[in-house]
Amino acid sequence: MSTAQPAGFWTIARAVAWRSVRIFLGNPAFLLPAVIFPLFFFVSFAGGLSAVANVPGFDFPTGYTAFQFVFVLLQSAAFGGVFTGFGIARDFETGFARRYLLAASNRGGIVAGYAMAALFRAIFTAAILTVIALLAGMNIDGEGVEIFGLYGLALLVNIAATMWAAGVAMRVRSIQGGPLMQFPVFLILFLAPVYVPLALLSGWIHAVASVNPVTAILEAGRGFISGDPTVVALALGIGATLPVLFALWARGGLRRAEAAG
Amino acid sequence: MSPGLRTQVGQLARRSVLRTLRQPAQIVPALIFPLFLLAVNSGGLKDATNLPGFPTDSYLTFALAVPFMQGALFSVMNAGTDLARDIETGFLNRLALTPLRGAALLSGLLAGAVVLGLVQAVTYLVVGLLAGANLAAGFGGALVLVALAVTITVAFGTIGLFAALRTGSGEAVQSLFPVFFVFLFLSAMALPLNLLQTQWFHDIAAVNPVTYLLEALRSLLIEGWNLGQLALGFGIALTVLAIGMYAASSALKTRLVRT
Repeated sequence: MSTAQPAGFWTIARAVAWRSVRIFLGNPAFLLPAVIFPLFFFVSFAGGLSAVANVPGFDFPTGYTAFQFVFVLLQSAAFGGVFTGFGIARDFETGFARRYLLAASNRGGIVAGYAMAALFRAIFTAAILTVIALLAGMNIDGEGVEIFGLYGLALLVNIAATMWAAGVAMRVRSIQGGPLMQFPVFLILFLAPVYVPLALLSGWIHAVASVNPVTAILEAGRGFISGDPTVVALALGIGATLPVLFALWARGGLRRAEAAG
Repeated sequence: MSPGLRTQVGQLARRSVLRTLRQPAQIVPALIFPLFLLAVNSGGLKDATNLPGFPTDSYLTFALAVPFMQGALFSVMNAGTDLARDIETGFLNRLALTPLRGAALLSGLLAGAVVLGLVQAVTYLVVGLLAGANLAAGFGGALVLVALAVTITVAFGTIGLFAALRTGSGEAVQSLFPVFFVFLFLSAMALPLNLLQTQWFHDIAAVNPVTYLLEALRSLLIEGWNLGQLALGFGIALTVLAIGMYAASSALKTRLVRT
């Protein structure tokens, strides 16, 4: 008599990711906001604020569209992770996540699956955003490795945001935890130098932006797209550390969800 | 208004106001979110006042008009979601069995939007002034500013009612949020119309009514009394209100026939 082997980590992760991606692509209520919101921000910032490039001291030769593209790319990557957290919370509300917990021999694979789905969302949105930005006349002065670095940073931000949101979702286990997933991410993104470089900020916003870890990632991304890499080591260090820290947070959430049954 | 209609409106208005006040989840985001964006934008875009042609040397004063519009967008969601919940729970069907008039129902439901609009407008104005914004039109201007903000909030609220009556679904009303954000994003929200350099963006903003609502609010903050801009702002708000009420009344008739 043969006994069925328990599914391994990657088998579970692929199954969870595949289901999440199908839900994302198959439901306009999930797909459209993920695509439309970053485009709104991009159009509003790059189109409506282009005159800000004329502010004395603003020095970004690649152009204001590219300057804002980097912020919106990072923002869309972060929100791809947050929206995946909403999906986890919804799975707990409908009871589907409990079935995952019962069926999976390696529950870390569940979280990895959600993270893979979030990466797919981020890549999907980034691809559309990039096409729209290029059609809108965005310049790219960076070269291959630098552009790879820019998108690499966006993916690290996506993983960090997914792990943060997953940790919240598995603790709260309700979509009512949505604001708790979303607002801190929104806050930390907008407390970075969104509209002008850090050097042009003054007052409290400069003080906050100077110690905000997203600032380094944003400045490195803008350096990559302009072909003038800056604070790369710091940005990659932060970009690599945040996913690890939030993965520990997510693991704690998984333990809580397991304990809750 | 006949005594009967007044009683009907009064009862529904009381319910609408109480329901709004008892839902911090409706009030708090509508207050906090616009003020957070005001703080961030006025800090981050302070140097935009150095652009030639910028109408004031305080970006905070310029940006203070935006929370009023964002608050009105929350009104679409709140008024619409409340009515959609009444439809989903069958409350509207029970009302339909009573001799309640459609006008009373819609007016009563908007009372919650009026109260929320008033709380929002006063909060934004007080916080803005405490943070250092100017109010060129003085105390009288503050009253007109609040009146215009409440009118805009109620006008947008009627669109929420229409959406709720057409769809009968709170989720569908919530999904309208990005649609209304387009109007705000594609307006002279962050810079005045004369400084929008991207031509297609300028063209869209120039025909977007939200631009003129913002300019009416801003005129009281920056210029003082600009009667032309105020008349345009009130005119647009009242037109949206009239169209929204007509559309909501028609949708209500259709829904009551259906039930």
